[in-house]
Amino acid sequence: MTDIFGFPLPVVLGQLMLGLVNGSFYALLSLGLAVIFGLLGVVNFAHGAFYMLGAYAAWLGMSYFEINYWVALVMSPLVVGALGVLVERSALRHLYQIDPLYGLLLTFGLALIAEGLLREMFGSSGQSYPVPELLRGATNLGFMIIPIYRLWVIVASVLVCFTTWFVLERTSLGATLRAATENPKIVQSFGINVPVIVTLTYGAGVGLAALAGVLSAPVIQITPLMGSSLVTVVFAVVVIGGMGSILGAIVSGLMLGVIEGFTKVIYPEASNIVVFVIMAIVLFFRPAGLFGKE
Amino acid sequence: MKMKRFSLTAVSLAMMAALASVAVAPEAHAADNEVVIGDIDDLSGPYSDVIGKGGIEALNMAIADFGGKVLGKKITVLTADHQSKPDIGSAKFREWADQNGLNMLLGGSNTGVSIAMSKVAAQKKVPFIAIGAAGASLTNADCTPYTVHYAYDTNALANGTATVMTQNGGKTWYFLTADYAFGTQLQDAATKVVLANGGKSLGAVRVPLAASDFSSFLLQAQGSKAQVLGLANAGADTINSIKAAQEFGLNNTMQLASLLAFISDIHSLGLKAAQGLYLTTSWYWDADEKTRAFGKRFFEKMKKEPTDVQAAYYSATLTYLNAVKAAGTTDPDKVMAELKKAKINDMYTQGGYIREDGLMVHPMYVMQVKAPADSKYPWDYFKLVKKMSGEEAYGPLSASTCPLLKK
Repeated sequence: MTDIFGFPLPVVLGQLMLGLVNGSFYALLSLGLAVIFGLLGVVNFAHGAFYMLGAYAAWLGMSYFEINYWVALVMSPLVVGALGVLVERSALRHLYQIDPLYGLLLTFGLALIAEGLLREMFGSSGQSYPVPELLRGATNLGFMIIPIYRLWVIVASVLVCFTTWFVLERTSLGATLRAATENPKIVQSFGINVPVIVTLTYGAGVGLAALAGVLSAPVIQITPLMGSSLVTVVFAVVVIGGMGSILGAIVSGLMLGVIEGFTKVIYPEASNIVVFVIMAIVLFFRPAGLFGKE
Repeated sequence: MKMKRFSLTAVSLAMMAALASVAVAPEAHAADNEVVIGDIDDLSGPYSDVIGKGGIEALNMAIADFGGKVLGKKITVLTADHQSKPDIGSAKFREWADQNGLNMLLGGSNTGVSIAMSKVAAQKKVPFIAIGAAGASLTNADCTPYTVHYAYDTNALANGTATVMTQNGGKTWYFLTADYAFGTQLQDAATKVVLANGGKSLGAVRVPLAASDFSSFLLQAQGSKAQVLGLANAGADTINSIKAAQEFGLNNTMQLASLLAFISDIHSLGLKAAQGLYLTTSWYWDADEKTRAFGKRFFEKMKKEPTDVQAAYYSATLTYLNAVKAAGTTDPDKVMAELKKAKINDMYTQGGYIREDGLMVHPMYVMQVKAPADSKYPWDYFKLVKKMSGEEAYGPLSASTCPLLKK
């Protein structure tokens, strides 16, 4: 059998596949962060909490209103996105004129409050969410047996990432958005309501986090802390990709998922820090990140 | 308008300040007319359902059942969240010992934190009862004259589950191990048991604490072709590894052995995912009349059945208060002497006793999680596989490496 660096080919391909699954989550989450930072200049520390709320919204919908997975996939990002809109309108918007640090602290505080509230209501050991009927079972890829749901995660995330990138970079709506952040006064003078655009952008970024939450609900235990352990990694992904770079967030998300996957085989103990080691190296050679502009 | 630029250091300082403020810090003052019991546990993190608020409830139930007073003095309770950080736990312990007249400390989940706090116990001469931390080193290499290890340790947990499974034909093992003191001690203990029963360990993968995805590690375990997958982890890590094992169909080719699982884990996993799992526990609410009565009282307050360690909180508090009463003083050395003389017979255990090295020896139970069809009422989760005597579970005193023992 062919070996790659002393590992049999099926093992390498298997880990590559799993790395892509995890990378898909990273990509989705860092995409939302990058959109919010790129267009609003806000370092959204509550991103992990919104991801967690997305998963909880799906679970609550299922447990109390019998809302199925597919409906939750649409509804949960809308509900949590609306919550994001509320946060932006009531609090965040008052901080745009001052140091970005205040936005960071506000969102960090909000994340702590959200985690605390959910722990108080549902405890810390968490809730289980079943895999939807249609995506149950596993399929044999030749080199590994992979649950169908995990394949779906890759497909869904690539679709969403591409759509977001396309809307922002290739449509007139995207052009307006980008112009509004470059020079709000001029865009406003064209009769475009810039504050509404900013609000909706934050809501959309938060909605992306919630979508990632719903996607992950069937594969990991839904706990109040599920976001906080992920959000630091995702921040590193965004920094590596280049703060605010949409393409950078997507590509580095997938790439780091794969690198982390291989670390889990070669030296598992380091798998939770490898992303940060890469971040340090990237910052040393390219302070603006791989895809960032100086 | 631009405000002053803050450096990255300022950001991290601000975050640390925000985190620190999460800790619960009740006000209390040292006084001669009170007996102060402290509880330092994970109150907000991944293990906070294991003891957490339920532990405080059990502690208060025990004090109320004792009459709220001992030696005519009021009993005061202090609680704090160690956030799974050894430095926070030991600093809080030191503060209470210095400023609040702390008489006894109950230490909850996390072996690393408990090892750090046992050093403070020795320094400040305050009896410290560790419950929830599993590391057997607490009464071996890290033992102190003031440490008592209640409920279970890694030896007893491994002896239970690993013995039963190896004797039932699970001869080859592969371990999924949490990469810190607790996980490695648990894996070592289980490996010894597997070898002693004619089995063999085919390897292990050390997983960083709170990994977000276990599928990669499980694939490695599957590649080992071992018969048994030993989970040397706890809390959310155990839950997520069991879930992923099911998702990847690992439970069709390997038997799952959880070396430390709680009824709260099983409840949140659901029987469908957890069925068939073997685990070792020190107590089960549905064992006899006394345990059911305690479970009922606890349930009325907390809306869930207690974990074995929450029950141990109740038992340990009563055991300590009885020792104070018998000693007629809260003097730490006299109370420790009484504790080591005590026979512990309550709703938690029968014939329990605290050994010279501080280990509380008592019967342990190997359980198997029921299939959904066999569960007749809420929280009917475990089927008894084997009851082990205290000596069988914890091993002989002669095997203890506690330096305090005169050998």
